[in-house]
Amino acid sequence: MSGRAVPVGLSVLVLLALWAIVAVLIDDNSLPTPAAVGASLVTEWRSGELVFHLGATLARVVAAFAVAMAIGSAVGILLGTNVTVDRFVDPWLILLLNIPALVIIVLAYIWFGLNEAAAIGAVALNKIPNVVVTMREGARALDPAFDEMAKVYRFGPWKRLRHVVLPQLQPFFAASTRSGISLIWKIVLVVELLGRSNGVGFQIHLYFQLFDVATILAYTFAFVGVMLLVEYVVLQPLERRGNRWRPARA
Amino acid sequence: MSVLDVDVTGRTFAAADGSMLHAVGALRFSLEADSFTCIVGPSGCGKTTTLRMILGLDHGFAGHVRVPRDGAVAAVFQEPRLLPWRTVEQNVRLALPDARRDAPLDELFDALGLAELRGFYPAELSLGLARRAALARAFALEPALIVLDEPFVSLDEPTAERLRALLLALWRARPTTALMVTHNPREAALLADRILVFGERPTTVVDTIELDVPRESRTDADVAAVAARLRVDDIEP
Repeated sequence: MSGRAVPVGLSVLVLLALWAIVAVLIDDNSLPTPAAVGASLVTEWRSGELVFHLGATLARVVAAFAVAMAIGSAVGILLGTNVTVDRFVDPWLILLLNIPALVIIVLAYIWFGLNEAAAIGAVALNKIPNVVVTMREGARALDPAFDEMAKVYRFGPWKRLRHVVLPQLQPFFAASTRSGISLIWKIVLVVELLGRSNGVGFQIHLYFQLFDVATILAYTFAFVGVMLLVEYVVLQPLERRGNRWRPARA
Repeated sequence: MSVLDVDVTGRTFAAADGSMLHAVGALRFSLEADSFTCIVGPSGCGKTTTLRMILGLDHGFAGHVRVPRDGAVAAVFQEPRLLPWRTVEQNVRLALPDARRDAPLDELFDALGLAELRGFYPAELSLGLARRAALARAFALEPALIVLDEPFVSLDEPTAERLRALLLALWRARPTTALMVTHNPREAALLADRILVFGERPTTVVDTIELDVPRESRTDADVAAVAARLRVDDIEP
């Protein structure tokens, strides 16, 4: 552990040092020093603003992620196992995959109003086609040998889903989780910037107008920190648990 | 009263290029309760297809297959087909109906030498041990009919020999009707009460050998004689 921690710590320190040197040389408000960003972080933390806006953004990320994974997985599994439905839905999917996130967000706000449901729905809709495509590949790769075993041993639909189908889809689910969670938080910021009155995106918009780069960076790093925590405390342990049956790789 | 009646008039497969393959011809046989029947025959003659019809995995045939109406049918496939993400014990319990989900399995695991391996994942087992787990899954069900598709193929001979002895011991302790496909004439001569010899494609039952000497008192010479008779029928060793 310490053998790995040293180079990572060193790498971060070197990055901070480089940043500090460049900031001092430029000596301009457009690039504050790490210390100035740290000071902004402390100010925002003390005022309670940071926690409030981080919380608002995180809640939207979680909601949009849950909606996107649930709908995307269900549709993906259906398309992967039913050729007729797949042929019918495929053009819609290609269309949705290629509509820019910004267009979906703007249309959602125009059609459904500047509300939370429109915001979360727009973010989820941006992610759903990616989940569908990944899960469809997973469903296509389901091993018929296990299906036959389940049939002979008379597995009910729930038993089959839980013990035969979902474990086979787990790597695909993990892949869309990974690619999804970072994509979603970036889109959540755009949604907040365009039509919400709280969240990290809203704050960045506010401090952009004030040209306060230090606070913009403070919010950015704070949220990246939250996502790192999610990665190491939630995602990686879950994945290890899901993969404990796999033989260890050399 | 027979446990299984097969009365198939034919099974044809359409190949990808549109040509038709007539895999199985007219097949007619029945299995008596608690009998042990082996099917031997040349490679690719439709033995596995026949088992798939019996297991309800193939529906494209003409004719009838009557399986036990009450009472389960268990299968031991060519590959163990254990769920890799579930432990040995979970694999066995999952195959049980919900009412018997917590049935005691100690005796069965002991008999198969799996007592210490219940918590292991299939990837941690050798092929021989995984095959034992597949046998455990089938016998735990207490089936009315157990179908085995070359359950000991690609094992070294001493391991296969041990598993044959285990299979016989299990079957004696938990009598059921067994139908087993094998390529090994000696294996068939050791285990079966009756051997159905399948012919070339489209396959039919070309010969039925009743083994009158009880399994327990079969001498090496008896086994060798039956095995030799099977080899003469042009079956791969």
